[in-house]
Amino acid sequence: MAHDTSFTNQEFKIIGTRPERPDGVDKVTGRARYGADASAPGQLIARILRSPHAHATIRKIDTSKAEKLKGVKAVLTSKDLPDLTNGNQGNFDILENCMARDRALYDGHAVAAVAAIDEDTAKKALKLIKVDYKILPHVTDVDLAMQDDAPIVQPRIRHNDAPSNIAQVSEFGHGDVDEGFEKADVIIEKSYKTEQTHQGYIEPHACLATVGPDGQGELWVTTQGHYTFRNICASLLGMELAKLKVTSSEIGGGFGGKTHVWMEPVALALSRKVNRPVKLVMSRNEVFRASGPTCSTSVDVKIGAKKNGTITAASATLRYQDGPFPAIWGMLGAMTSWACYDLKNVKSKAYDVLVNRPKVAAYRAPSAPMAAFAVESTIDLVAAEIGMDPVEFRIKNAAKKGTRASYGPTYGPIGIGPTLQAVKKHPHMRAKLGPNQGRGMACGFWFNFGGQTCTDLNIGVDGTINLTIGTVDVGGSRASMSLIAAEELGIPYDQIKCNVADTSSLGHNDTTEGSRGTFSSGMATIFAARDAIKVMCERAAKEWEIDVKDVEWKDGSAVAKGVRNSNLAPMTLKEIAAKSGATGGPIAGHNEVVADGAGVSFASHICDVEVDPETGGTKVIRYTVIQDAGKAIHPDYVEGQFQGGAAQGIGWALNEEYVYGEDGRLQNPSFLDYRMPVCSDLPSIDTEILEIPNPDHPYGIRGVGETSIVPPLAAVGNAVSMAAGVRMNHVPMSPPRILKAIKEKQAQG
Amino acid sequence: MAEVGLSGSLRDDADGAASIQIEAATIRELLRKLVERYPRMQSHIAEGVAVSIDGKIFRDNREESIPEGSEVFLLPRIQGG
Repeated sequence: MAHDTSFTNQEFKIIGTRPERPDGVDKVTGRARYGADASAPGQLIARILRSPHAHATIRKIDTSKAEKLKGVKAVLTSKDLPDLTNGNQGNFDILENCMARDRALYDGHAVAAVAAIDEDTAKKALKLIKVDYKILPHVTDVDLAMQDDAPIVQPRIRHNDAPSNIAQVSEFGHGDVDEGFEKADVIIEKSYKTEQTHQGYIEPHACLATVGPDGQGELWVTTQGHYTFRNICASLLGMELAKLKVTSSEIGGGFGGKTHVWMEPVALALSRKVNRPVKLVMSRNEVFRASGPTCSTSVDVKIGAKKNGTITAASATLRYQDGPFPAIWGMLGAMTSWACYDLKNVKSKAYDVLVNRPKVAAYRAPSAPMAAFAVESTIDLVAAEIGMDPVEFRIKNAAKKGTRASYGPTYGPIGIGPTLQAVKKHPHMRAKLGPNQGRGMACGFWFNFGGQTCTDLNIGVDGTINLTIGTVDVGGSRASMSLIAAEELGIPYDQIKCNVADTSSLGHNDTTEGSRGTFSSGMATIFAARDAIKVMCERAAKEWEIDVKDVEWKDGSAVAKGVRNSNLAPMTLKEIAAKSGATGGPIAGHNEVVADGAGVSFASHICDVEVDPETGGTKVIRYTVIQDAGKAIHPDYVEGQFQGGAAQGIGWALNEEYVYGEDGRLQNPSFLDYRMPVCSDLPSIDTEILEIPNPDHPYGIRGVGETSIVPPLAAVGNAVSMAAGVRMNHVPMSPPRILKAIKEKQAQG
Repeated sequence: MAEVGLSGSLRDDADGAASIQIEAATIRELLRKLVERYPRMQSHIAEGVAVSIDGKIFRDNREESIPEGSEVFLLPRIQGG
């Protein structure tokens, strides 16, 4: 049944408060069970053998010695994973990424797997597997991969009727950019590069797979989308959906990296081979080398403006590498690049390019931070050239309600203007800077989306509620859903227990990605609660022996309306629940919805840095995030998302980087050599939540989980440029790069 | 009659057209007629597309009606993190 999803501007009693998180005690006491915390009687330990080469033909794999090793129960190669994809290229790419077939496509690509009685035996067995490789030329740089003489990563890919690494070209925009540039008083063109980074979730990929001789299976796994994992694993292995139950563990971070299947079909296939449970946990080395980081990029930006500050034209050419399988990351960069601005003449052209690096995965607002780095850095340059304050320049050109977005649609009510006005008023902007310090700001955009969602709400006879959702809780959605159910039912927050169901217990839910969890499960929870309220009103009417039309729900009770019913005292939820056995049985609410109408999200960030001119080292000394949340259900979690995205963006801006050697091998697959920021690297990140309601959600909710990673690269970059006196165009702005830029400027006099 | 804007890689499979005119009352009818006119669009639609109607984006709901004179954009299906 369709529901009206329009924003109603209702007054809230519980929404917007900050109760304790329901999963908090479990997490601080160690009781929470993550991916690697599950075990089963008789389980085997699996390990994966990975290619040491960036690109190689696999001529032969000899597993005979490994199979004979005592304690080894199963050895698996691609021969054990036949192609059941029936022409579905996307699924075939997933299958090939899980286990190389005739070629290893990157350093770390899986080539074989072993299941043994313990980890030591499994590791010994891997050393006994002999792989005969023929090393092929490789390419890991996105610009080099586009050259005509580049090694070809996927021979099936063609561009301009010839084999190519260019998998897709996408164009967006409107107006006439040539005409717009002719009208400009000032034109700035600049090129930028960003390096590849990993989401850096603390919990590695881990699963426990069990397939019995009857073909029925279970998978316990750390994932952002257990229904999607079930669908893909079942499809790749020829299993029926109903016979594979997938349970999502607590998740130790995902940020997009756990939206993709990496090794789970391998664990299931091993288990099916020996009919014993198989546990498979990636090492950190494997997480870096063989689970999806974000793209490295190369971007050219051109902006033309009048001296009065009006942008007359803007264009961008974006080159994003996808790893060895075609994807849409460049396209997303093109779509997001100019979304903050109201532009009459705008064009973005994106190239998705294949290289011999790991398959790229989403990373929080995927592709938007790199485009924003290029655009927002150039915006600052144009503002400086025309002598205008960079905040005022952005305000003058900001998108607003009625603006046609550069990627097509016309915006409804949006928050970019209000976030910029908040920047202008913020005390941070008036704080004094010291020597070698600089301040920068930047804007960011993310689409957000909703999708398929299913929710159950069951009322116990004691009046407590089991709220069952199917969107994995990656950022506090159990608390937010409990608040929403409490608000609708009119009962205390702690009367509700929210659980994430396994795939056998609830209908399909899309993966928790695209900042959809609170938006879509929130919508389904509202309607499931209203469904239950309808039932409770009917039960109260039965008890009172009056028409249900004379019953309304108010403050957690059924209330009889009208003068003739004025002698009937309100019947509380607990009272109705206690009598449910005699009034019709269990009381439940249910909803399934395709949650469309996710409101777009905008943020503006302010950053102060201090650059040491002797070392090039940069310290972020103050940071402020201002973002539109539509409606903050649990403000602690919203602020946490703002801060988390900013922290990850700062790490990306200053230090994080995949370093590949000439041999195409990853040089720094560990947290020792891949430098993520820790608490001591960061200031306390201030936040300001704005609430411009999304007109297409009953509570006005917009997703908040991703946008906050979009501005930091550029905000830090603009601050570093002010502090060091040099414009940085290569991320990360690590000490060697900054020092080199300072010295080059000094050499120029 | 709705004017449907196309962007990204969708344009290539509609002979490069930035917009096309199609008589369609719902998203389902729009997509069906689109494939009838441009068979190469089938692969995009099978992979998933989104339709923006007056700025509101629909990813899965094929029954949504398209009001006369509304702004319609066909967008590639996006992924998030």
